Amino acid sequence: MSATRVLPATVVGLILLFLAFPIVVVIVVSFSSATYLTFPPPAFGLKWYEAYFSSADWLRPTWLSLWVAAAVVVLSTLLGTLAALGIARLPRAARIVVAGLVLSPLIVPGIVVAIGIYYAFSRYGLVGSPPGLIAAHTCLAVPFVVTSVSASLAGIDPRLEQAALSLGATPRGTFFQVTLPLIRPGVLVGALFAFITSFDELIVALFISGSGAVTLPRRMWDDLRFQIDPTIAAVSTLTIVLTVVLMAAAHLLRKRAEAQVTRMAKT
Amino acid sequence: MNGTAPGSIRGASVLLADLEKKYDRTNAVDGVSLDIRSGEFLTLLGPSGSGKTTTLMMIAGFETPTAGDIAIDGQSVVAMPPYRRNIGMVFQNYALFPHLTVEENIGFPLKQRGVPKAERAKLVGEALELVQLPGYGGRHPRQLSGGQQQRVALARAIVFKPRLLLMDEPLGALDKQLRENLQLEMRRLHADLGITFIYVTHDQEEALTMSDRIAVMNDGKVAQVGRPEDLYDRPCNRFVAGFIGESNFLPAIVRSLEDDIVVAECEGVLVRALCPARPATGTQVTLTTRPERLRFADTLNGHAPQNRMSVTVTEAVFAGERCRYMLRAADGTSMVLKEPSSAAIRRRNVGEQAEIAWSVADTILV
Repeated sequence: MSATRVLPATVVGLILLFLAFPIVVVIVVSFSSATYLTFPPPAFGLKWYEAYFSSADWLRPTWLSLWVAAAVVVLSTLLGTLAALGIARLPRAARIVVAGLVLSPLIVPGIVVAIGIYYAFSRYGLVGSPPGLIAAHTCLAVPFVVTSVSASLAGIDPRLEQAALSLGATPRGTFFQVTLPLIRPGVLVGALFAFITSFDELIVALFISGSGAVTLPRRMWDDLRFQIDPTIAAVSTLTIVLTVVLMAAAHLLRKRAEAQVTRMAKT
Repeated sequence: MNGTAPGSIRGASVLLADLEKKYDRTNAVDGVSLDIRSGEFLTLLGPSGSGKTTTLMMIAGFETPTAGDIAIDGQSVVAMPPYRRNIGMVFQNYALFPHLTVEENIGFPLKQRGVPKAERAKLVGEALELVQLPGYGGRHPRQLSGGQQQRVALARAIVFKPRLLLMDEPLGALDKQLRENLQLEMRRLHADLGITFIYVTHDQEEALTMSDRIAVMNDGKVAQVGRPEDLYDRPCNRFVAGFIGESNFLPAIVRSLEDDIVVAECEGVLVRALCPARPATGTQVTLTTRPERLRFADTLNGHAPQNRMSVTVTEAVFAGERCRYMLRAADGTSMVLKEPSSAAIRRRNVGEQAEIAWSVADTILV
């Protein structure tokens, strides 16, 4: 390899290492046998995974996070898909306004959204309760569903819906037999992102989870502040694995949807 | 019409009365009236933006007219949603459902009508047979060529035995050879099924070869309706004369009238033209003739058509089956003459003087 190639390759390699290093450290430490956080670990073992799986203090927030995320997936996928369908049918000017409002949780800084939600929810007793968390996370997840479903909808030839109608399908039949199957990849990608959005969410949870609805990210945050032991590294590794798997699934779905769109465009 | 073919049905009659579609300030369709007969193959022909597709979309029910009426078999359908109209439709890009197989695509309209599964399979098989694609039922649309996809779209549009079939530039995306094959196939299908076809195209050759009648559209209006030969031989205005086939336009002044013939002065000579109207003497008019109906006078031994004119050859192009000459008349008007090529006919040179002749029946005042 010539020098002109070695230099850029080294720089890129260093950047990648810099990006991946924290993750690598966490994963390595999670398999440590030491009773404190130290890198590199003196020896390896599964001790901290054992600690995690045998501690109700960790498992309770994990289950809460999982079922809150599941509820958020159901709600935000339903609302987001309906919103995307509605937005696509609006006249241009109204579409920009409505889409802007729906997407605002993505645009406004997270801390501002969290403060707003905290003030609003404390008034109705929604702080420190799972329904409050579900409602707040749904607000944050809907934009992802809307974006993903809208992209799918934009790839559909409007004549397919006309064709279905001309062949005798009612508007309802057209939706379930033609539109929905065609936007399904977009809906599934949106659902995956909704799950990750809720499962990883910390800022809003810090404000409103109180003591009655402690999620996994919130529990990790508390753990770091009050004690430091490698259990957190094991938990982090598990969440990294889950997130990577979900992201990979979303990527594959998107690839498939894109392939379908290009095939249609070619004909 | 072949009334004995299996599945033959009486086609629907369609009446368009002062149909109008306004978008903001422009009139996409501006007072279209057409009486389409049962079993007819009618083509809406026009350039893009002439309103032909909008008219078709209103018949299908995807656009609502701002004024006027659409009646199918004497019953107004303006207030009826598209899925109740029972009209077959073939789209320009086929619009096959990409997530369904060929079989499921063709079975789709039957499923909507509650046809039982076994009956559906039988009808789908027959439809595939009809469009010459037996055995393709299990494939997905993306596994078919453009021509095959169009056949599937056609099968899907007729499998539920509609009495009216609408087609929006169905052959636009196909190459010439395939287009010609499918044109013939559609004519055969039209004859076999006995249903009414309304066909939209901007391709005049396609319109001429396929249609029983053509409605030429321009600027949202019907410029002329008639059989292909009527439109070609007797265009009633300059737009139709120029849009269908090639035409020469000669400015002239009306000098006198004889029965249904106008005698007009054109390039310094008197030319006779057919004219159903009675323009006043002295009116400025335009005469039109087809390039292939002009002849060099010296090649016509025996019968001599009445109209004659002296011209200069300004351009001569040999194009295989015919020669194409650009001519200049005395006053400078350019004309085109197309002569069937033959080794026995002397080819003209640029700059040569010649006399051309053509018959009164081929001269139209527009």
